[in-house]
Amino acid sequence: MKFKTKALLTAGLMTVASLSATVAQAVNLTMYYPVAVGGPVTKVIDDMVQKFQQENPDIKVEAVYAGNYTDTMTKAMTAMKGGQPPQLSVLFSTDLFTLMDEKAIVPIDEIPGADKDWLNSFYPAFMENGRVEGKTWSVPFQRSTIVLYYNKDAFKEAGLDPEKPPATWAEMVEMSKKLVKKDASGNVTRWGVEIPSTGYGYWMLQALAIQNGQKLMNEAGNQVSFNAPKTVEALQYWVDLAAKEGVMPKGAVEWGTLRTDFLEGKTAMMWHTTGNLTAVKEGARFDFGVAMLPAMERRGSPTGGGNFYVFKSASPEQQQAAVKFIRWMTAPERAAEWSIKTGYVAVTPAAYETDVMKNYVKDFPQAVVARDQLEHAVAELSVHDNGRIYKIVNDAVQAAVTGTQTPQEALDNAQKQSERVLSRYK
Amino acid sequence: MRQHSHSVETIAAWVLALLWLLPVAYSLWSAFHPSEYATRFDLTAPLTLDNFVRAWNQAPFARYYLNTVMLVTMVLAGQLVVCTLAAYAFARFRFFGRDILFALVLVQLMIMPDVLIVENYRVISALNLLDTIPAIALPYVASAFGIFLLRQTFKGVPNELVEAARVEGASAFGVLWRVFVPLGKTTYIAFGLVSVSHHWNNFLWPLIVTNSVESRPLTVGLAVFGAPETGVDWSVITAATVMTMAPLLLAFLLFQRQFVQSFMRAGIR
Amino acid sequence: MVSAVMSAAEPRAVRRKAWLTNVNAWLLLLPAVVLLTAFTHYPILATLYHSFFSLSRGGASEFVGLENYTYMLEDHVFWQVLRNNIVFAIATVPTSIALALLMAVWVDKKMTGRSFLRLAFFTPTVLPMIAVANIWLFFYTPNYGLLDQFLKSLGFAGHNWLGDPSTVMSCLAVMVVWKEAGFFMIFYLAALQTIPPELKEAAQVEGASRWYFFRRVTLPLLMPTTLFISINALINSFKLVDQLVIMTKGGPNNASSLLLYYIYEVAFTFQDTAFAATLTVTLITILAAVALTKFVYLDRRIHYQ
Repeated sequence: MKFKTKALLTAGLMTVASLSATVAQAVNLTMYYPVAVGGPVTKVIDDMVQKFQQENPDIKVEAVYAGNYTDTMTKAMTAMKGGQPPQLSVLFSTDLFTLMDEKAIVPIDEIPGADKDWLNSFYPAFMENGRVEGKTWSVPFQRSTIVLYYNKDAFKEAGLDPEKPPATWAEMVEMSKKLVKKDASGNVTRWGVEIPSTGYGYWMLQALAIQNGQKLMNEAGNQVSFNAPKTVEALQYWVDLAAKEGVMPKGAVEWGTLRTDFLEGKTAMMWHTTGNLTAVKEGARFDFGVAMLPAMERRGSPTGGGNFYVFKSASPEQQQAAVKFIRWMTAPERAAEWSIKTGYVAVTPAAYETDVMKNYVKDFPQAVVARDQLEHAVAELSVHDNGRIYKIVNDAVQAAVTGTQTPQEALDNAQKQSERVLSRYK
Repeated sequence: MRQHSHSVETIAAWVLALLWLLPVAYSLWSAFHPSEYATRFDLTAPLTLDNFVRAWNQAPFARYYLNTVMLVTMVLAGQLVVCTLAAYAFARFRFFGRDILFALVLVQLMIMPDVLIVENYRVISALNLLDTIPAIALPYVASAFGIFLLRQTFKGVPNELVEAARVEGASAFGVLWRVFVPLGKTTYIAFGLVSVSHHWNNFLWPLIVTNSVESRPLTVGLAVFGAPETGVDWSVITAATVMTMAPLLLAFLLFQRQFVQSFMRAGIR
Repeated sequence: MVSAVMSAAEPRAVRRKAWLTNVNAWLLLLPAVVLLTAFTHYPILATLYHSFFSLSRGGASEFVGLENYTYMLEDHVFWQVLRNNIVFAIATVPTSIALALLMAVWVDKKMTGRSFLRLAFFTPTVLPMIAVANIWLFFYTPNYGLLDQFLKSLGFAGHNWLGDPSTVMSCLAVMVVWKEAGFFMIFYLAALQTIPPELKEAAQVEGASRWYFFRRVTLPLLMPTTLFISINALINSFKLVDQLVIMTKGGPNNASSLLLYYIYEVAFTFQDTAFAATLTVTLITILAAVALTKFVYLDRRIHYQ
């Protein structure tokens, strides 16, 4: 009997030993990531991961594409609750509070290998959403601002100067009116401007609110100002583009198909993430320009997009491997490559100093508009229970643009519901 | 007069039928033509397989196919065994608690696993099966529908056949295997077709319990691939869509009669 | 009961045999019972149980009594999805049944190309909803979608079909009717074939019109089938949500969201499983009510023997 136990113990120990030996050989990482823009983005990520693995044979990364941002967050949270968390993920930079409340992630700056110099090498605007309680919780990756894409051919056709995109809200309305085209029976064949209201409606509303001089949330992420008069004005302007001015189609404008609308010439201008720039460039059969968003009180756009997070449940080896991977992915050459292939803003100033980026920008100056806009940019709406709040705001935006409710009603509603959700975090 | 109304009806039926086929026909059109022709119907448009090639290269559809095939096989095999045994007990045994138990089985006809996603997710994760193909299959293996259908069939088996087998010395199990199962063949085929087409097409539950390419079935793979955000070329999405439905569609076209009769048989009680 | 009384009087061998039968039967049922308990009965009870608890993020759960239920009753999205679900059922169930009946009558007749007709009507049934949603999404896409192009060629203005709360539900309903009608046709077809042809001949001899015959003979004879299909279609309408994931995500402003989709969102996107359990209790209650109606009305006619 005794002998048996001993044998079993030995066998067990040997298994443990051999297991840890394999761990030492290769660290396995699972990463979920979202795609929210056009183009073969999954291919780009897969290729980058391949290259990383070739250079680092001791780390194996399984990159899983899980849908849009919401889908990816859903997957990561669901998998974590089910006991199979990923070791790292690209998620909304604004999911930070939720991830902290779920005790899901570790601060990046506490992991060996993530030194201060590196963390300070990113654009400060992109670090804003990731810094809470004096710690850095995430690292920027696919980051963006909203920009205005405009069809230069359409501008010429409408007698407008193709080098002068609208700089103010009033100008945007004026120009849009000239850009609307109708067929013989009075049906619109080309709209002036389109602002997407599905999926990321909260983001567009925030852009308008910033321009109108209104912040949407506090630092602690438990207070929102959705029904502040200036926010209501902002939404009113948006609604009026369709309802009063007739320069935007009525009803919800689909985020996903808007790029196609623009490429097909169904709209002369669109507000969209700069992450779509390369896809627009590939698809445009006309001359197009990219501009900063127009101003009311000021210019402005929220930053947007996804950051890298490292999960708490990962082993120390995995966390270090994850940091190694993240550093590799955000190194200047890769950030430049990523930016060129998608249109996202490269996350460090150093990336714009690389030769490949310099050459690219020389021929295609549109590529730096979003970066230049960073000086006007504001941190993206980020609060506790972010998924729920986003849905509430998106619903309000849709209620307003479809005419179900007035902007005031819709935003009052959103404010009330949000306060109900956020009351738990005060 | 009667003849006239007859032909009017025939025309109406044909118009409806063509209308009914339109979406499928359209998806085929778009999948087999270059994207410029996605919305332009020009009979001289060149045919191409390019969309399929691109879809195939952009996402691991081969793996998705494999997963779906494994899934439907696993579900069906499990269902056949579990439901046969249960139906046999219900049809041929008088035992304590039979009626209550049968009523409890029928509960699943009304409250299907499809609506119990939250708790079933907990169960699957407690079993440590998340992100595996058995996780997708398990909730559906004990199919109340299958038990019900087979029980009806087994009840119709003449007693003489059972007695004859008994006389020859067959055990209870032997009787099941040699008498009941062969006589239930048509029911098995009917149930099998219904089950395979249902699970080939199932979506919400697999979406919830799978995380990785290794376990995603075709439907989930297609949904992730075709998300409008990515703005993948429309023709490529239809090609992927056609790939997803092709096996069932082909099987249906080839074995139309069996399909229709199976669904009919499964529907009648 | 009877067997128990009898067994006292019977010799031991018989009692042993009865006991053996019981053991055998339960052994045969064991796999089914285990699986059904794990994935149907236990989850139903657990749902009820969890609906009385609240789960804070990253924290422990605590008993809150009916708090989740009051929250639900005050949640206007809940009322909206419930209303949507009822509208969706009313829009799809009668239409698809009526169409199914029409199709079945046509296919049952000796009509030119009836096997082609049957094929056409039935095809949507075998397609995955996800694939169907992808195809129809393009139909409804504003501007360059098929529907808008067709309307424009006739000189009408295009419309943002899925982006307009007043049209989105109808658009989804049309698609679902298209998908489901052929399935219900099969049941009618089966029922029609059981109607004895002599009835028809007799009616023709008496000079009854076809419409009269259909109204007075066929329709009443199909009544049990109609009830059966209605129940099934009703239950179905509460679990058909795949299309929402692809086409609208429940929008705009929840105009197309359904109860099960809302449950999915609350449970997995918001990670609020307690509230999701509360919503699920509502859904289970509705389905149970439908089931009871079925047992009361339908099963008087058709016995589970």
